[in-house]
Amino acid sequence: MNWKTFGAMLARDAHVARRNAIQLILQTFLQPLLFVFVFGKVMVSSGFLPEAYKSLLLPGIISISMVFTGIWAVAMPLIAEFQWTREIEDRLLAPISVGWIAIEKVIAGMLQALIAGLVVIPMAWLVLGRGVQISLGSPWTFALIILLIATFSACGGLALGCTINQQHIGLMFGMVITPMIFFGCTYYPWSALKTFPILQKAVLINPLVYASEGMRATLAPQFSHLPVAAVLGALLFFDILLLVVGLQQFEKKAVS
Amino acid sequence: MAVGIRTQDLCKTYNSAPPLGAAGGFVARADAKGSKQPKNQIPALDGLSLEVQPGEIFGLLGPNGAGKSTTVGVLTTRVRPTSGVAWIGEHDVWKEPTKVKHLIGVVPQRPNLDFSLTAREILVFHGAYFGIASRVRNERADGLLEKFKLTERGNQMVRGFSGGMMQRLSIARAMMHDPQVLFLDEPSAGLDPQTRILLWEIIREYHQAGKTVLLTTHNMEEADALCQRLAIVDHGHRIALGTPAELKATIPGGFVLRLRFGNQTPELLKKLEGLTGVREVRPVEPAGVDVYADRGGSLISEIANLAVGSGAELSDVHISEPSLENLFLHHTGRSLRD
Repeated sequence: MNWKTFGAMLARDAHVARRNAIQLILQTFLQPLLFVFVFGKVMVSSGFLPEAYKSLLLPGIISISMVFTGIWAVAMPLIAEFQWTREIEDRLLAPISVGWIAIEKVIAGMLQALIAGLVVIPMAWLVLGRGVQISLGSPWTFALIILLIATFSACGGLALGCTINQQHIGLMFGMVITPMIFFGCTYYPWSALKTFPILQKAVLINPLVYASEGMRATLAPQFSHLPVAAVLGALLFFDILLLVVGLQQFEKKAVS
Repeated sequence: MAVGIRTQDLCKTYNSAPPLGAAGGFVARADAKGSKQPKNQIPALDGLSLEVQPGEIFGLLGPNGAGKSTTVGVLTTRVRPTSGVAWIGEHDVWKEPTKVKHLIGVVPQRPNLDFSLTAREILVFHGAYFGIASRVRNERADGLLEKFKLTERGNQMVRGFSGGMMQRLSIARAMMHDPQVLFLDEPSAGLDPQTRILLWEIIREYHQAGKTVLLTTHNMEEADALCQRLAIVDHGHRIALGTPAELKATIPGGFVLRLRFGNQTPELLKKLEGLTGVREVRPVEPAGVDVYADRGGSLISEIANLAVGSGAELSDVHISEPSLENLFLHHTGRSLRD
């Protein structure tokens, strides 16, 4: 393992992220904050939703921001660099094995997802104003869960970025991302689906469910949520699965 | 110490469309002939063996789709061969890819510069990937920008660069870690003549520093001007090998006269063979003939007289002097530009 090369690649990604900071911030935070404003502020203050909804919404918003930041940060550059600009070739020719280049992309994506998660908490709190009841009962569980969510998002980005063709990006949004968001238990708890028993079982294949429920379990445990052990187990399973698939796909793209 | 390159019986069959710049021509040909071969099985290399001496400038000459880029791909860890072995120095490319990557610099056929960085950052980060200390890589980047006449554009993003500027920067980047072996895939394609001459000078200078250079080209002038030895490849195997002078000497007579007649008869071909200085006469479909001879223009009046005598009207004449183009034509019956 060549740490100097690995570090230089991380430095390159950090440099590019700094250069595109404004674009990244808008891309990451604008949508969740608008959502928080409309549902957490407008709907609640006009009486259509109860005050408690604010506390239910915040953990979901954190998880969705993290997941999509990580996926986006890894997948979009990979799709372009492998298929169109071929920019990644200078790193493929650097003295490090191909698998480590993929790992570097995952680490860079995880860092961005973690930053997004940690920044969106105070920002959303600010927008929601008074009446948010969140508590950090078990900081270690919280840390473990956000780490697993960050890993899931970056590995998901790696797998998607090395699988989807450039001309299918629109389809990816329509067929993968949109259903994932709406059935990801971000805007409602999993228990709310109990009146739709089949759907309630079916959404369990969506990793975003575990991310949202995990956040809810650690930040707003007053609402019913999936058991923490199930959340940890499922996230770990998806992390490993997506990492293995992502590495295989990356290798296929890197070497013809 | 200079490092050589060796390949033994390299074969590569792509199971899906090959990457851009590798074996593109084969796809077109396989389709055009309505070949029975499954569409997703595309042969690019067919038992290619080469040996490039340490410190040599070696050229791979061939038409598009001959397998040149695939050969470079195999030697630079980007294309896994179906069978056969490739070495850079003492290292098997596919057993020790990381060691090999330290030794090589690669200029691709199509620029693949990092569009998120400025020209100078591209060089500096490339140096960092190769573990070069900060001070050294900054100095080296400035030196290379100067050498490739890019200093003024050093702090600009490369997205707006012209093709020639991108190509120069690609070469500068490949030289940044001072590799022992430099691969250049069609280095002067799309360059203006002035930039091409600058590029040739830089390649020669690099070679004088004791480095090995392997370049692919379908430009005969470039192969002639730069390469100490050449391999001519077609359909994934080597059809000739030697110095440009040696190779040219193998063309019978040296001159090629491409003739077209209105009414070509076997007797006419016999009579052509009998002319003084004619070495070989080859009929070419549909109604033409290639005459290999040791003289050119002075044969024309005799050929015209023969044609009149045989009732065949001479309708077109093209004379070419000894060249690698003729050599390729001699071996394959096709022009390099076909």
